[in-house]
Amino acid sequence: MNKAVPHDSAKLHVTGAARYVDDIPIPARTLHLAFGLSTIAKGKIKSIDLSAVKEAPGVADIILSHDLPFKNDVAPNANDEPLLADLNVNFIGQPIFIVAAKSHTEARYAAKLAIIEYTEEKPVLSIKDAISLNSRFEDGPRIYQKGDILSAFKTSPMTLEGKLELGGQEHFYLEGQAAIASPQDDGEMVIYSSTQHPTEIQHKVAETLGLDMNLVKVEVRRMGGGFGGKESQGNALACACAIAAVRNNSTVKMRYDRDDDMKITGKRHDFQIEYTAGFDKLGNIKALDVKHYVRCGWSQDLSLPVADRAMLHADNCYHIPNFRVESHRLKTNTQSATAFRGFGGPQGMIGMESIIDHIAFTVGADPDAVRKRNFYTAEKKIKDGFKPQKSHYDMEIKDFIVHEMMEKLLEDCDYQTRKSKVKEWNRENKILKRGIAFNPVKFGISFTLTQLNQAGALVHIYNDGSVKINHGGTEMGQGLFQKVAQVAAHVFGIETNKVQITATDTAKVPNTSATAASSGSDLNGMAVKQACDIICARISSYFIDKYRPNTNDVKFKDGRIKGSNFDIAFEDAVHEIYTQRISLSSTGFYKTPDLQWDRIVGKGRPFYYFAYGTAVSEVVVDTLTGEFKLLRTDILHDAGKSLNPAIDIGQIEGGFIQGLGWLTTEELVWDEKGDLKTHAPSTYKIPCASDRPKIFNVRLFDNLNLENTIYKSKAVGEPPFMLGISVFLAIRDAISACGNNWPNLKAPATPENILKAIRYVDGT
Amino acid sequence: MDIRFLLNGEPVALTNVDATQTLLDWLRIDNQLTGTKEGCNEGDCGACTIILIDKEKSIRPLNSCILFLPQIDGKAVRTIEGIRKHKVQDKMVEFHGSQCGFCTPGFITSMVAANINGDRDHNTTLAGNLCRCTGYEPIVKAARASEDEKKPAWVEEDFKRLSDLPKSGSKELPKSKEELAEILKKEPNTQLIAGATDIGLWVNKDFQKFQNVAFLNQVSDFSNIEEQPEAWHIGAGTTIEKLRSWASDEAPSFAKLLKRYGSTQVRSAATLGGNIANGSPIGDSAPALIAMETELVLRHSKGQRKIKLENFFLDYKKQDINKGEFVEYFIIPKKNISTKCYKISKRFDQDISSVCGCFNIVLDDGLIKKCVIAFGGMAGIPKRAIHVENKLLDHLWEKEVLQSCRKTWGEDFSPLSDLRSSSEYRQTTAHNLLLRYYYETLGANTNVQDVEP
Repeated sequence: MNKAVPHDSAKLHVTGAARYVDDIPIPARTLHLAFGLSTIAKGKIKSIDLSAVKEAPGVADIILSHDLPFKNDVAPNANDEPLLADLNVNFIGQPIFIVAAKSHTEARYAAKLAIIEYTEEKPVLSIKDAISLNSRFEDGPRIYQKGDILSAFKTSPMTLEGKLELGGQEHFYLEGQAAIASPQDDGEMVIYSSTQHPTEIQHKVAETLGLDMNLVKVEVRRMGGGFGGKESQGNALACACAIAAVRNNSTVKMRYDRDDDMKITGKRHDFQIEYTAGFDKLGNIKALDVKHYVRCGWSQDLSLPVADRAMLHADNCYHIPNFRVESHRLKTNTQSATAFRGFGGPQGMIGMESIIDHIAFTVGADPDAVRKRNFYTAEKKIKDGFKPQKSHYDMEIKDFIVHEMMEKLLEDCDYQTRKSKVKEWNRENKILKRGIAFNPVKFGISFTLTQLNQAGALVHIYNDGSVKINHGGTEMGQGLFQKVAQVAAHVFGIETNKVQITATDTAKVPNTSATAASSGSDLNGMAVKQACDIICARISSYFIDKYRPNTNDVKFKDGRIKGSNFDIAFEDAVHEIYTQRISLSSTGFYKTPDLQWDRIVGKGRPFYYFAYGTAVSEVVVDTLTGEFKLLRTDILHDAGKSLNPAIDIGQIEGGFIQGLGWLTTEELVWDEKGDLKTHAPSTYKIPCASDRPKIFNVRLFDNLNLENTIYKSKAVGEPPFMLGISVFLAIRDAISACGNNWPNLKAPATPENILKAIRYVDGT
Repeated sequence: MDIRFLLNGEPVALTNVDATQTLLDWLRIDNQLTGTKEGCNEGDCGACTIILIDKEKSIRPLNSCILFLPQIDGKAVRTIEGIRKHKVQDKMVEFHGSQCGFCTPGFITSMVAANINGDRDHNTTLAGNLCRCTGYEPIVKAARASEDEKKPAWVEEDFKRLSDLPKSGSKELPKSKEELAEILKKEPNTQLIAGATDIGLWVNKDFQKFQNVAFLNQVSDFSNIEEQPEAWHIGAGTTIEKLRSWASDEAPSFAKLLKRYGSTQVRSAATLGGNIANGSPIGDSAPALIAMETELVLRHSKGQRKIKLENFFLDYKKQDINKGEFVEYFIIPKKNISTKCYKISKRFDQDISSVCGCFNIVLDDGLIKKCVIAFGGMAGIPKRAIHVENKLLDHLWEKEVLQSCRKTWGEDFSPLSDLRSSSEYRQTTAHNLLLRYYYETLGANTNVQDVEP
């Protein structure tokens, strides 16, 4: 436990032996699928001519919506997302028909040959359009609030208004969406899917085939990256494969070509944030009114919880006595935006960080001083008897440790000295301006849909002492399997290499939640621990019985099982237990305690605890072209008592760079017809090696989770993503050195957006 | 057509291969060698990187998704399965350089190729490999920690076996310029394929089929760089990577631009002739070569024709090339090789320019005595800024003079707005790049990449 051991599959990764869905050996006569896609953003299908598709080489089957015998729906919950469009078309890239062919390339080729006529309607594309047409999900905006902002604004010495535009983000998992359906002799359908949510795939495939869930089995060994993009977006492929497999009595495989993947699947939600803040001349915030306009795309998917989480992170680290957040979930004729690392949190948080900077700019104060003034009360003080403050959703914030983290980070990275050097540089240099900024992160851990906070596990010890574990979590690169194996090894007191990790399988652990919300190791680690504890209790009770009265306690350590008067090798002890006809297998189950949340009222305790992070970034910006370079980043992050520091640091570095990408190089561009023009890595630019900071220091903050999580660790998947915000703030800091206006910088901060902000600031 | 090559040390002979079948599909589908991954199918992510070794002892990382089987005829392919045990693999495990692992085989092959070639500029050698999980830090650490590794034994084994490999002799693989000219004479519509970094996409993404093809990589004397008294002669088959290596000694600003041309994998396949002949309005070599007053020699079965490169580009994707002609070589006057080249893109490495501006400006006693300015990304073709040039010529190299051109750019260019940038940004930046050059001559800090933390 707490050891920096490598990812369990690392050796398979570096030799090319690790197998992903597209690498699974398949029967020679397997059929391959491709979707025929809509070429208009909104309208009705008038006619479909598939004659050229039928005649294309290798084509075996074509499936239209009316060929679907059961439910035509792949939505995670709202029943609003047909697998195949029947009459209405809602975005460019929507699947209209399925082609099955002898090869992947033949299927892709044939799918392009359909001639479809439409009655076109004017699509709703932008946030502005959707607001003016009142095109939205839910009956109106969600509002979470506390205090009385109206009277607080009246008594606030100063006020300001502002706006922040945030682009979306493509997941760009290196392995595209993929699924295989393999019909079995007894009517069971086995699905191999690159999914974060095997149970949902099982559920949707069962619905599509009109089967009970016990006739569908879904297996996931690993994904080539997920990031939220495989929480619901794999449903369509798995269902398409299943239906084609039944029709053709054949194994069927589907994987999206990269361009199709980017054109069809959902992305991070783009946001427009408007704010009005009331504060005093020191920057103490008295009142805050924030509006989120969220572009959700054509179907609901996970947009409601995403937008909720944005609201729940609109305070970030700051206690605001009078606070109102209003969230509009807008329906547009674009890809249906979906889960993406942070799940709305990043948008909510960068809104608040911008407000702080804007206030500091207005009162002429140091932004970090304004941050400190408005921070929640520190955990230490609460331990000393101070009363915890409540967030705008009425949750007491008891574990707030950013004061200490900030102090340590700023000292370690020589922040104040560097800050004055930046000022000095900016006085001396006309063309290149430097900027430096700090940002804190407070991220709520738990699914906000409380029922999802449960997990199951299955643990076996074989009679030679080897252990096999299974749980509901999926491996997408985050090292979950290794962490959970470490938990099992720790409980049994054996080496981690004695614990065999197995593919996630709906036949072994049922009714699982998606591996999402950073919850993987919290939930599954606990479920596995509970299963191990049950087996240990059986073993202990046998040996206590056997060696009584001298032994009343049994220890599992160093590969041995010990009492005060015995000491046996683990494998021998296990074999003995087997001969005594005692079960060496158990399920385990865990549910997160103490959660209570009403998303409509907006009050309760949606989160078990918070994970914290702090970052400082320094950049240089070219005022002639808007180009920038990230010079240095220092991070201090809270992973509680880390289960595996190497894996956690990997999550922090990778999350930070992904956040950097969201806010700088990654720009999604749709044309005026709603056609996504950035649908491949040639046009959509995720960070590459040279984009990482020239100096990059990442450290873990030594801390124990206040709550009783798995060995006092904290979730680490999403929170570090938001440390990338420091880069955006640093760029804005550099821009503000160019003149006297508040830099209204749009995200992503491409050279063009930076130059635009510079020209606004310097008044040209 | 018939081809022969080595796959992980073993000879392979294929008959009747489809000329545009990719190596990646052949590896994964026909041979179940699934360690090499498909990430984008267009040469931008590097997940499909393999190592290609040839008789001339070059060792190149290439994207197998846009590498057609005939291109590997007579060469040795090493896939991740054929790397055996290399130090970079151990170091990647030790430094936690893989998370989801999907990009990892491509990283390993790129790193091994760079390691064998002694290339230690890891940011550059890895610019063509995308990783979405790690943030690259542990990967670069692993690359650094492996720098002292010896050359693996299989490199010499492959060299040795390559010399024993019989020639395939397919007619689609001409061995000389004469043979190529004959092919084009007989069948003028033959699609010429050099590095396939562009044509690979026509096939993979647009499903283009060709009646006749000719692959250029076995044409002899086609990729030479020759020094003449007044000029450099660059063969059309010269890869961008070879050109970059030449330029880093002879034309440093051009070399910096070429370093950002695609990635190591793309530059190791793409040729200068291909970049010019395809007439891309955003290809980075054209504006630089136009500013350098480069001439182009076109060859035909009956002889040669020499034209100025700036006159070669007629209109969007329309070039002055006749049926039966091919681009033979380029003539770059030595006096122009210090031309300043600037590129603006959303991402620094491996991105397509929104604006690429090249300035060949010569001062004499403070006066602008020569001024050739060419831009990519500003029009349907790479193009000179004649009005701006005229306005500057014989004037003082002073800020006021340069600023007086602010509006003149509009007479030269009316750029499009597209996914890379708006028309307005392109127009502004074109002017600002001229200012950048000016401030640079004053010794000011003008390059964000050069700033140290």
